[in-house]
Amino acid sequence: MSLVSAPVDAGTATYRSDESAARSEVLRKKHRTSERWKSLGFHVLVLAIAVVVLYPAAWMLMSSFKPSSEIVGSVSLVPTNGSFDNFTKALSGIGGVSFWRFFMNSLILALGSVVGITVSCSVSAYAFARIDFPGKTAWFSIMIGTLLLPFHVVIIPQYIVFNQLGLVNTYVPLLIGKFLASEAFFVFLMVQFMRNLPRELDEAARIDGAGHVRIFRSIMLPLMKPSLVTSSIFAFIWSWNDFFGPLLYLKKPDLYSLPIALRLFVDQTTTSDYGAQMAMAVLALIPVLLFFLLFQRYLVEGVATQGLKG
Amino acid sequence: MTLIDEATGTQKVSAAPRSALKRRRAAEARAGYAFLTPWLLGFFLLTAGPMIASLYLSFTDYNLFSPPEWIGLKNYTMLWNDPQYRKAWQVTGTYVLFGTPTKLIAALAVAMLLNNTRRGQGLYRSVFYAPSLIGASVSIAIVWKAMFIDKGIVDQVGQIFGAAGGGWVGEPKRTMPMLVLLTVWQFGAPMIIFLAGLKQVPNELYEAAAVDGAGPVRKFIKITLPMLSPVIFFNVLLETIHAFQIFASAFIISNGTGGPARSTLFYTLYLYFRGFVDFRMGYASAMAWILVLVVGLITFVFFKTSKSWVHYSGDSK
Repeated sequence: MSLVSAPVDAGTATYRSDESAARSEVLRKKHRTSERWKSLGFHVLVLAIAVVVLYPAAWMLMSSFKPSSEIVGSVSLVPTNGSFDNFTKALSGIGGVSFWRFFMNSLILALGSVVGITVSCSVSAYAFARIDFPGKTAWFSIMIGTLLLPFHVVIIPQYIVFNQLGLVNTYVPLLIGKFLASEAFFVFLMVQFMRNLPRELDEAARIDGAGHVRIFRSIMLPLMKPSLVTSSIFAFIWSWNDFFGPLLYLKKPDLYSLPIALRLFVDQTTTSDYGAQMAMAVLALIPVLLFFLLFQRYLVEGVATQGLKG
Repeated sequence: MTLIDEATGTQKVSAAPRSALKRRRAAEARAGYAFLTPWLLGFFLLTAGPMIASLYLSFTDYNLFSPPEWIGLKNYTMLWNDPQYRKAWQVTGTYVLFGTPTKLIAALAVAMLLNNTRRGQGLYRSVFYAPSLIGASVSIAIVWKAMFIDKGIVDQVGQIFGAAGGGWVGEPKRTMPMLVLLTVWQFGAPMIIFLAGLKQVPNELYEAAAVDGAGPVRKFIKITLPMLSPVIFFNVLLETIHAFQIFASAFIISNGTGGPARSTLFYTLYLYFRGFVDFRMGYASAMAWILVLVVGLITFVFFKTSKSWVHYSGDSK
């Protein structure tokens, strides 16, 4: 990770005559030094922004090792009386339910979302990207429309129905939408990806007598792996961070996912125990940060394509 | 799922081409709808159905325990006269109007800064994007709150610059800047979209402009902005719509109250209180529909005006 500026090669063109070569050598040197200063300025500026951006995260991490009294009063990042006390407190759980229970609950929900979204959205995306059927453009526009729809307009009737079916305090209301491709973002992402795959492949398969099911399974699915990876990571992280859904549907502490457990923790600990709160916040973010470190390229590219082809 | 036998379709072509073609089309249609089934089910059961139901509920009084009672437009007239509801609009509107432009300007500025071939691009991009992934989480809301409390880190730094202490969390006038800062901190996602857009602006345009003696400001106004306008349009629309729906951060920072003095009573928080704390489902449904109409209207205006300022280059669709 070398952050120190390396001057960009100003040009390796060959020069025709000696005199002009000498002249351009002077110019090139001038250009190089000014480029070097510019480059230095660029890195100083960007690093300054990076420090500001990363500060809250660094502060959270360092605070989780500090006693609460030190969190409130001091600007310093480095703890003077660092310890793991906050983590032991956070890991001991809330109201008789252990931290790992919440962690497992969140994991079940997140993995369920990943499975649901990759299966249902890839199938639906195949229909939009590769099959010609009447009404396709209309359905596609409707699908894009649901991207912009505030979900509040559907949660009240959904809650009423799930409540009547006795499904409050189960994970069904939180997962069913994932298995029914109702997160249009992922369908859209996969449609865009499939459209860029060469059509010759499936046409060749069709001539050989393959139907859509075969083409989808044996040609499309292997080829669209990058978009499945991107979707899985986003599906995992969004489910992991989801607060509103679990807040509505999970009322028993032993079913809680981490975000609402965290909220309960904040409510129950005395307001001044910021240390333990920081420790719990850090623990809850670890899987997300892990995913980020491992798959940042996929994530960044996923966001970039989403905007460009919109 | 229906299996489609293409082979039989092609065999019949010579015998009766028209009916074979028809059959092929029908098979394609069946396959299309078969593959679309998950999404269609989801759409009807989880989106369209509930939308109609909440429209109906918005004209009723319903508390989940006794059957809904038709009360006509009463929910809507009550909303009109509800001071808390007005406050919710004021809070949400302020947030959208200040948060979204600031965030997008920050995103564009950093994207332009990063739009070169110097080293470390990938690293910087990732670092700036990270807050967008975690910013809306409960963890970060807790951190944000701890940073802005009385004698907290922000107070300490603020005092160096002569700002008044006392914390931001409990001060109604300061909760909004605190939440705006939280959304601006997440400038990374739109920045990446801007950056991808900037990479597609052909360099020849800038070179030609430089030959004509255009300075950086002129280049920005005459080349960058028009070439980037489809991406700007996309970012502004999406960020605006998202900003209306802020929930978790405001909920955690105000301890689930929308306070202090209702200064964080965002639209979604008020909807949650009415619908899922007081169980006034009809009232909350009316709120949800007004939100949909407002968001729909904003989207409509965006698309209508886009013709005059969004520039699509000739070869794209």
